[in-house]
Amino acid sequence: MKHFVVLNDKSVMVDGVPMQLENQGMAMLNDVYRSKIGDYPKFFKMDALCKVGFVASELLLKAETDSEISQRKAHGTSSRAVLLFNRSGSLNADTKYQATIQEADNFFPSPAIFVYTLPNIVTGEIAIRNLYYGETNFIVLDCMDLHTIAEQIANAFQDSETESVLTGWVDCYDENHFEARMLIINRNEDILNELNKIKQ
Amino acid sequence: MVVKISDNIVSPLGLTSEENYSAVKAGQSRLSRYEGKWNLPEPFVASLIDREKIQVDGHYTFFEQIVIKSASAAIAEAGIDPASPRVIFVLSTTKGNVYLLDNGITDFPDERVLLGVTADVVAKHFGNPNKPVVVSNACISGVCAQIVAMRLLERGAYDYAVVIGADMQSPFIVSGFQSFKALSPEQCKPFDASRRGLNLGEAAATMVLGAKETDGCWKLVRGAIRNDANHISGPSRVGEGSYRALKYVLGDCPADEIAFVNAHGTATMYNDEMESIAVERAGLLDVPVNSLKGYFGHTMGAAGVLESILSMRAIDDNTILPTRGFENLGVTHNVKVSNTIGHTEKKSFIKLLSGFGGCNAALLFRKEEQK
Repeated sequence: MKHFVVLNDKSVMVDGVPMQLENQGMAMLNDVYRSKIGDYPKFFKMDALCKVGFVASELLLKAETDSEISQRKAHGTSSRAVLLFNRSGSLNADTKYQATIQEADNFFPSPAIFVYTLPNIVTGEIAIRNLYYGETNFIVLDCMDLHTIAEQIANAFQDSETESVLTGWVDCYDENHFEARMLIINRNEDILNELNKIKQ
Repeated sequence: MVVKISDNIVSPLGLTSEENYSAVKAGQSRLSRYEGKWNLPEPFVASLIDREKIQVDGHYTFFEQIVIKSASAAIAEAGIDPASPRVIFVLSTTKGNVYLLDNGITDFPDERVLLGVTADVVAKHFGNPNKPVVVSNACISGVCAQIVAMRLLERGAYDYAVVIGADMQSPFIVSGFQSFKALSPEQCKPFDASRRGLNLGEAAATMVLGAKETDGCWKLVRGAIRNDANHISGPSRVGEGSYRALKYVLGDCPADEIAFVNAHGTATMYNDEMESIAVERAGLLDVPVNSLKGYFGHTMGAAGVLESILSMRAIDDNTILPTRGFENLGVTHNVKVSNTIGHTEKKSFIKLLSGFGGCNAALLFRKEEQK
C-alpha cells in the first residue's frame, strides 16, 4: 500500500490516521520526534522548516520500512530523488536572520541561522539522514499547484538512475504556521493520481 | 533534443553576452573593495551592478529589473512570443528580493519577498499565462533550472523555456557570508594555494531554450543533480555528489572530447579541493579546468546560467578562458588550471556546480557542427 504523511501545526496524520498529540506547533514536532524517532540528536539543531520536513520524512519512511520488513530503501545509492516544493521558501529562517542584523548597535549576524536561509537545506538533511546520493531539488511556487508539481516529479524520472521520488509540499511560514504533505512516488506510477492522496 | 536559441548576460561587465565575453577575454573584472557600504561594519570585495545603469519601466525591485532586462534581450533575440502558453519561465535564484525584509524598506508589499510571487511578477510582465517555476537549490540553482527546463522540453510539455538566473547582493547576504568567514579580503583566487575565500557578485543571465534543431547550434546533452549526503554546509571530502554528477553526464562520452570543465571554483579552501577530488575520480585530470569567479565573483543563482553562456561563447571562439586570480595550484589533485588563454578545437564542455545542502550539479553541452 502507498503511504503518505500529512501534518500541520495542529495535527499529524500517517496514512490518513491522526496521531494522538497533546501539544501544537514546534512543541508537537518535538514530541513526535521523541516518541517516534529519537535517535538523531541533530534534529534539535535544525530550523523549523527542516524539522517539519525531517519529521514528515521519518514518519513516511518508517511506515514504508515497517510494512515491507526491509532495510530503508535506496540507502547509499542514487536511486531515490528528494524533490520538495513550497511557497514560503526559507522565509522563517530569513526573518530570524534579518533580526540579527536589523539594528546597527545590536549587530550580531549568526552563521547558525544563516545556514538555514536556503529552502533546499531540508532536502540535504533528508539525504544525509538516509544516505541518499540521488537528485535533490527544491522548487518554490506561489501556490500548491498540483499540475506544476506533477510536471516536476515527471521531470525527475528523466534521470535514468531515479527509481523513486520522495516528494511533496513542505512549507513553514513561521514556527506556528507550517504544513507538510509528503509521499513516495515510484517510476511508472500515475503521478497526479498519487498526488491526490495528499491533497486533503 | 534541447538547444540554446539565444542568451543574454547583465552584469557589471556589460549588458549583453558579447560585451561580457569580450571583457572576460580581455581579463577585466569589476571586483572592488567596499568600505562602509550599506553601513556594514566590515569591508568586503564584491562585483556589483551600477544601479543607475539599469532602467526598466514599471514599479519593480532592482532584482526584478535585472531579471526583466536580461530576459527581454534574450526573448527579443530568440524572436519568440513570451505570452504564448507554449512558453514556460524558469527562474533560478537563491535570495531574490530578500533585502525587502529590512524594516526600513517599505515601498513594496511584504509578500514580494516570496520567490514565487516575484517570479509571477516577472512572468506577468511578459504576459505569460503559465505558472513560473522557481528553482531555489542554493548555488547550483542555475544548472538545476536548465535541467528542469530541458526535461520539460524533451517531454514536449512546452516548446520554449526562458531560463533566467539572477541574484542581487544586500546586507543580508554579505553579512551572512562574513559570519561564515567565507569571504576573501582580496580578489578571489580559484584553485590557488593562497586562496582565502570567495567574493560575492551580482548578475542576471538568460538562456532561451527550445526543442527545435537548427544548424550549428548548442545542444544541452545531459544534466545531473546529486547529493553528497554528508553535510549541509561543507562539501564532501571525497567529492561524492560532484563525482556522481560528472560520471552521469559523461555517460559514454570519452574524456578527450571535452574541451574543459568549467568548475564552480569559488576559491574557498573546501570547495576547490573537493572539485579537484571529483575531477580526479571522474577520470578528467587531463581535461583543462577553469573558473570564472575571478571576473564576476560568486553570482549565486545566476552563476550556472552566466558561466554556461560564457563557456559556449568561448568554444564558439575556440578558446579556453583563463582562471583569473589563479597562480599556483593549491589542491590535492593535479587539475589543469591555467591563468593564460588556451586554444581548443573541441566542441563539448561540462559545467559543474556545488552548493549548501550537499547538492552538486553537472551539465554536458555540445556544439553540433554546421551541416
